[in-house]
Formats: sequence, structure tokens, C-alpha cells
Amino acid sequence: MTTEPTVTLLTGTGAGPDSATGTFRGRGGRLGAFIVRRLVRLAYSVVTLVTVVFLMVRLIPGDPVRNALGINATAAVVEAQRESLGLNDPLWTQYLNFWKGLLTWDLGDSFSLHLPVTTIIEQRLPATLELAFLSLALVLLVSIPLGIVVAALTRGGRRPTVDLAYTSASGLFAVIPEFLMGVALVYFFAVQSHLLPVAGRTDPSSYVLPVLALSIAVAAAVSRIVRVEALTVFEQDYIRTARAKRMSRWRLYFRHALPNLVTSSLTVAGIVLGSLVAGTVLIETIFSWPGLGLTIVDAVRSKDFPLAQGIVIVYGLIVLVSNLLIDIVLVCLDPRSALKDT
Amino acid sequence: MAVTSMSTPDSALAGPAAATAVGEPMPMAVSSRRRFLTVLRSPLGIGALAALMVVAVFAVFGPVLWGEAARQADLTQLSAKPSADHLLGTDAGGRDVLARVLTATRLSIVTAVLSAALGVFVGVVIGLLPTIAPRRLGRLVNSAIGVALAFPALLLAIVVSITLGVGATSVTLAIGLAMAPSYARLTQTLGASVTGRDFVAAARILGVSRARILVRHVLPNVRDPLIVNASIGAGTALVAATGLSFLGLGVQAPDYDWGRMLNESMGAIYVNPAPSLGLGAAIVFAGVTFALAGEVLARAFGLHRPSGRRRRRKTTGSTAASPVPQVAEDPVLRVRGLRVEAPRGDGWATPVRGVSFDIDRGEIVGIVGESGSGKSLTCMAVASLLEEPLHVTASSVQFDGTELVVRGKVPGRPRSKSLAQQLGTRLAFVFQDPSTSLNPALHVGTQVAEVGLLHGGLSRREARRRAVDRLAAVRLSDPARRARQYPHEFSGGMRQRATIAMGLMGEPALVIADEPTTALDVTVQREVLALLRRVNREHGTAVMFVSHDISLVSSFCTRVLVMYRGAIVESLSTEDLASGRAAHPYTRALVAAVPHMDAVPGTEFATITEDAEFPLDAVREGSV
Repeated sequence: MTTEPTVTLLTGTGAGPDSATGTFRGRGGRLGAFIVRRLVRLAYSVVTLVTVVFLMVRLIPGDPVRNALGINATAAVVEAQRESLGLNDPLWTQYLNFWKGLLTWDLGDSFSLHLPVTTIIEQRLPATLELAFLSLALVLLVSIPLGIVVAALTRGGRRPTVDLAYTSASGLFAVIPEFLMGVALVYFFAVQSHLLPVAGRTDPSSYVLPVLALSIAVAAAVSRIVRVEALTVFEQDYIRTARAKRMSRWRLYFRHALPNLVTSSLTVAGIVLGSLVAGTVLIETIFSWPGLGLTIVDAVRSKDFPLAQGIVIVYGLIVLVSNLLIDIVLVCLDPRSALKDT
Repeated sequence: MAVTSMSTPDSALAGPAAATAVGEPMPMAVSSRRRFLTVLRSPLGIGALAALMVVAVFAVFGPVLWGEAARQADLTQLSAKPSADHLLGTDAGGRDVLARVLTATRLSIVTAVLSAALGVFVGVVIGLLPTIAPRRLGRLVNSAIGVALAFPALLLAIVVSITLGVGATSVTLAIGLAMAPSYARLTQTLGASVTGRDFVAAARILGVSRARILVRHVLPNVRDPLIVNASIGAGTALVAATGLSFLGLGVQAPDYDWGRMLNESMGAIYVNPAPSLGLGAAIVFAGVTFALAGEVLARAFGLHRPSGRRRRRKTTGSTAASPVPQVAEDPVLRVRGLRVEAPRGDGWATPVRGVSFDIDRGEIVGIVGESGSGKSLTCMAVASLLEEPLHVTASSVQFDGTELVVRGKVPGRPRSKSLAQQLGTRLAFVFQDPSTSLNPALHVGTQVAEVGLLHGGLSRREARRRAVDRLAAVRLSDPARRARQYPHEFSGGMRQRATIAMGLMGEPALVIADEPTTALDVTVQREVLALLRRVNREHGTAVMFVSHDISLVSSFCTRVLVMYRGAIVESLSTEDLASGRAAHPYTRALVAAVPHMDAVPGTEFATITEDAEFPLDAVREGSV
């Protein structure tokens, strides 16, 4: 017996318009409940993120103010700066003030740039988001079809040469860190030829190299995962059913197999997004891309801890919120995943 | 990219080894020691070992051998291009780049290994907390790990260096702490999988302390995957440390590692690209070495499933002498000498060995036999659906007047468009498990309509209308709404009807039903059978009905083929079967194994034991 009682009861086996609306309402309710549950978890994650960043900066031995002012600063100067930053308050008061600052979007002033941290973040955020999301799009557009095609070519141990070539090539690309890829691209496109600009964010062509440098390794890694998933899907009974209809391979793989791969691919995309965001830090430095990454590196170098701390929290928020969005998209695509998730 | 894997060494991103680190164990027959040696002697093992030796030698002896050369500044050669004296050129201070790259090996490798070790240590301690701590605290730790994992490790490292300042020590600490969450998750997952098992529950009931359970049961199970991931982690740590130094947040002058050197050489990449490329090669080489070592360890520990090797079958093999049935006038299916071979171990198994039979138009033929007797494979083979690595040969398979055998083989896919159309519309398939044979991601109506779209020359809308019509024909209530639903919204019986409706999109001459009712309960089973019988009556469609249930077959079919170990051993009418005129001992054993309502309570069921042997020769030739 393989019926699914919950679902069947919800949708009802009886005919008629009522049961149709019942279906709709049932699913809508489930989706709503899921989003609420997921938002609660997001709130919890944000609290953890903020707390961890707060504690790390304050509890790890070392004094950020002493760090910033250098060893030559007198104790009195350091003390005055600590006082003005509220670092001498009890930890609990500092924590509450930290939250107050976050909620009122006032994170203090940058030591080095003498501007409000929030203003700097607002200026630099778009460039970083562009880089991250263009790369994500490229990764998905390349790795999913590539993974499926290679899986189709090599399923059941077919074409061992293709398998070997793909496995070695993708394995190699996947381990090349993005900043080395950036260096290699700079070398080929700036030193060897002068096809593409290698610094700044100006016309569309200036996006090419940073996005490529950020995407190639991730795309290689993701395509390997997609391939493994695709190989599993190809073994499923419903693919046999589809084959019995005698369709073209193209239709078999992209119409019947692909929709079943979307869920796992998007899940991977969620994992990958975090690393893409982190990768922007290095890529922005190589390509002088005016985003948050370039800023945070300068901030840490110049011991500008209010700015660095603010940017880290923004990075964390980007990752958490995009994971939430991906989860919601997943549930819309595959309502059953809301039931699995508890 | 490598910093990715830092945050998720237990995901496939960390490399092939980690992806399957928690995979199925290899057969226990292979002793672990022997497996270790075998893997080490494989090309991959030798390669990894050699690479590891190279890295180790440079790390240990690099500063000793080239440290002096790396310090010597040649002021006549500032930022020089590669030459015989300086293979990678010189840096801005006139020092030999190659010597500096080799000298920097030690600092780069030591930083990486130490941070990976720190990450593993902290990760294991945190990861074991949920196992031994009170439940509530454990849950808290769990979710904290989850949040930390979502947060990119490189950024965690940056947060740490905000307070620790920059430098080699703080980079090691920062990366170690940043890697800890992923090891914590790995430890916790593996630990949970162990603590959930029966023997741990039993130990707990017996009053064994948590600490003892941890040491005796949890740690040994966590150890191997952890070593594998630590090795891969050293590679990721290397890349991360290099990245931080590259950003200027890591090793500071006068010390130098590969990252800091890369940062300096990038400024001069237009003048002299050689240092950047040499450094890139060094970083990738060391990174790949650690990843390879992880892969080798994973295989050596047996955490890796061996990849399936493809075997080609060269000869087709002679078709065994088999009973040739009487020739019917115009059968819908005529099969002669069908063999299916499958790779097994080192050789080949022959699950179907030379089967010949006919199915007349409009006939309902049952195929019975125990599991593994080759029934399903026969169905798939005659429908031209078996693909490599299975190997299907026959002297002839004629379906609906068309020969399917090409050069002695039955291909897994029709060779021509017209054949595809004929098979797609004239041959319908109903599979065993309706819960898996419909695509969960597509509407039922779309799946039913597809044949009309592919082969019937119908437009999307016409195909859709016909699909709704076919769903109505299989007595689904409210077919228009049902067509817009997904398979998971259907019950098992409804799904099986939908599959039959799918077959009815064309005008099937034959329905191959492979245990269509096995997965259904008795009431639904009866409905599906009635539906098949109606299709047979109304459309004159022949039915090839596969079942292991001989009583079901004798009530539903007109003729029965009995399969035993890949051969048809008897073909008889259901009347003969019912009146006990089965000739083959295996058939008689099957009939005897059916429990009867009027059996005396307490008598034992007749069974066919595993080691029972029956003759493979067919009886009653040609009684079609």
C-alpha cells in the first residue's frame, strides 16, 4: 500500500468545485505556516549571528582600540577612546547598545574614513550584490546543463574516456581558488592580450573577468554534484516510464529529469551562495571592485573595527536572507519539501 | 573554490572524497589492512604519496637549502625577468623568486596544517557536546553550529583577525576557528548516527556512562571520516591562509608565505608574470596534494564506493536450444531465442536464457515465476527498453509485424522515428510500483498527454483534451481537475489507472503489465484488473501480465508461461493449470505453494525452498 493518506484526505477524492478550493486552501495554509516557521528560524539565526560577532570582537583576547591606535598611543588616549566607544561599559549594556544601534541603523563612525558606517555600507553594497548574484546566475546556468549532459553521456559506465576527462578537468578547476583564477585571468586578458578590462566597475565588459574568476571553480564543483544527482534521477522508475513513450533523449533529460533536479540544485545553490559572497572579498581586491570586500579588507588593515564589524554583519545577513529566499522558492516548486522540513 | 569547502567539508564541494565520506562501507570480506595496501599501491595512491613527499621535503628542507639564496639581494637585478640565474626572475628587492617560493613552503604548509588541526580539535569537542551534554544544551549547540555553517568561513576568519590583529599566529587561529563548525557538524552527524543505533541504546539502558559510550562507540565511528576530512581541510586551510595573506591580513613582513608573495608579485604582473604563475602553481600543487591524500585515505578506509567499471560483451553467445512454439497466424508479439546478459562480478550472468514465445492479438497471457526468474527483464527486453550494461540478443523479436532485432541485438532505443512512433503508440507499459513510475515533478495530465504530443501529431490543447478523455475512460472522477494534479496527490490505485490511461493515448496492440497490482491492496487490485480486462475487450488489446501470484494469473489470463531461472519451462492454458494438468515439477510446486481456504488448520504451507532444484528443460513444446 503506497497511498499517502494525509495528502489524499486533504485534497479529497470526491469530485466537485469544493474539493478544488480545498486543495488550494490547504496548500496555501501549509505554505504560510512554512514561511512563518522559517522566519522564526531566520530571526533566531540573526540573533546568533549578531551575538557571535559581538562576542568575538569583545571576548577574543586583544584590544581592538589598542590595535587601532598602535603601541605608541598613551594609555590615557586608549582609555578615552574606549570610553567614547562604550567599550568600558558592562558587557550586557554594550550588547543592548549594539542591538539598539543595529535596529536604528546607526553603527557609529568609521575610524579611518570618518563617515557613518551605514553610509559606507549603503554605497558599497550594490557592487558586491551584483558580483555575487551575477556569479550565482552564471554558476547555475552552466553547471546544471553541464552536469545533466555529462551524466547522460556517462550513465551506467558508458564512455569512460568522457568520464575521466570530465572528472579530472572539473576536479582540477574546482580546487583552483578563485583568487588564483583571478590572477590567471588577469594574466591572460591583461598581460597576454588586452581584450578585457581588469580593474574597476565601469562598462559591462568590466564585469566579465571578476564574474568568471568567481564562478569557474564553483561551477565546476556544482556541476559534479548535479551530475551525481542526475545519475540518481536517471535510475528512477519514472524515467523508465518516460522511455517507454519513446521520446528524444533531449526531451527525456530536460523535460523529465531536469524538474526533479531543480530541488537539489537549488539546495546546492544555497550552500554555494555563502562561498560566492566570501569569494567577492578576494575578487574585489584583485579587480579593484568598489564593493564591501575591498572596504572590509581596508578596514581590517587599518584596524577600523566598527566598519569591519558592520560589514561582517551585513555579509551574514545577505547569506541568511538569500537562504531564506531559496527555501521559499523550493517550497513553491515542491510543496512536499515544506512537510519534510521541521 | 576552496574557501567554499572550508565552510562545508562534509559536503561534496570539499572534493569527491568528502562527498562520499559517509558512504556505504565496502564488503567486509576485504580486510581493512589489505584494502589499505591495495589503495596505496594504486596509481592514485602512489601519486598522492609522491606528491605528499615532495611537499614534505620542501617544507622541511626548503628554508635550509634555499633560505640563504632567498635572502641575498642582487641590486643589479631588481624585478628582473626569468633568466638562467633566476628561473622565476627576481622580486622588487632583487631576491631570487624561486628560492623564496621554495623557502616559503614551510611557513605556508605549517600554517595550513596547524589551522586544520586546530579546526578539527575544536570541532570535535563542540561536535561531541550534543552527544554527551543534556538534551537542551545539545540542541542549542546544534543550532549554533547550523548558523556558523551558513556563515562563510573566510568572513569568520576576518572577524577573528579584527581583534587579534594581523599576522601568522592570528591567521592560524582565525582559520582554525573558522573551520571548526564544519568539523563540529561532521562529528555531530556521525555521532548521532551511532548513538541512534541499538547497541548504544542497549549500553545506555545497561547504565554505561555517557563518557564511556563516547569513547567506546562514538569516537571509533567518527575517526576515519574525520581523518579524511582533516586531510582535505589542510588543503582548504592552505588556500584560505594564502588568501588572507594575499589580502594583506595574514603573514606580515619580514616573514613571507605564498599569499604575501603573490600579493607583491601581482603589482608587477605586467612586468614579470613569472612569479605570479610560479606561486599559483605551487599553491595549486600543494592544495591538490592534500585533496588527493584525502581521496586516497577515503578509499583506504573504505568510505568510498568503488566506481562501477563498464564491461563490454564481445560475443553474443549461442542461443540455447529452446522450445520453438507453434507458429501462430499473425501474433502481436513473436519472440525467438531472447537472451539477456548482465555483468556480475568478473563475468557475466544470464538472467534470461533463450526465451521463445508468441502472444496472439487480443490474448491475455500470464507470465509466472518466482522473483529473479527473469520475468521483468523479459518484458523490458521485448519492449526494446533494456540498455547497456545489459546485453540483449535474440534471433527475432517481432512486434506488431515489425522486426526489432538489429544485427542480432535488441537495441535499447528505437532506431527510427517511425519505429519510435509505432512502439510509443502500439505498445503500452504498466509498471509494478505506481508510487515511483510517475514523474513526481510533472502534472499527471501532462504525462498522460505526452504520447499524443510526441506521436499522435496532436497540438498541445488536443493532446490535453484527449488526456482528460482517457483519464475519464479509466474511470477517474473529475478528470479535468485530476489532470492538473501531481502524482503525490493520487492514491496508488489512481496512479495505476493514470498509467493505463497513458497507454491508451495511442491504440495499443499490447499492454505489458509488469506486476501491476503487487503494490496495491486487494480491492484496488481487483479494480485495476477489471480495467485491464475492459481495455482488452473494448480495444482488442493483448495483455502480457506478469505476476508471481499464480492464482491471480489463472483467474485473469487465458494462457500461462511459467518461467524458472531465465527459461520458460512450461506453457499451458489456464484450464489445464486449474485442473492440475501442469506437467513441469516447478509449475506443480508453484501451484502447491498457493495456500487454500479449505486447508486443515495447522498444516504447514507448502513452500519452495531456496535450494530446491528443478529441471531447466521445458515440457510440452509448442502448445501455444
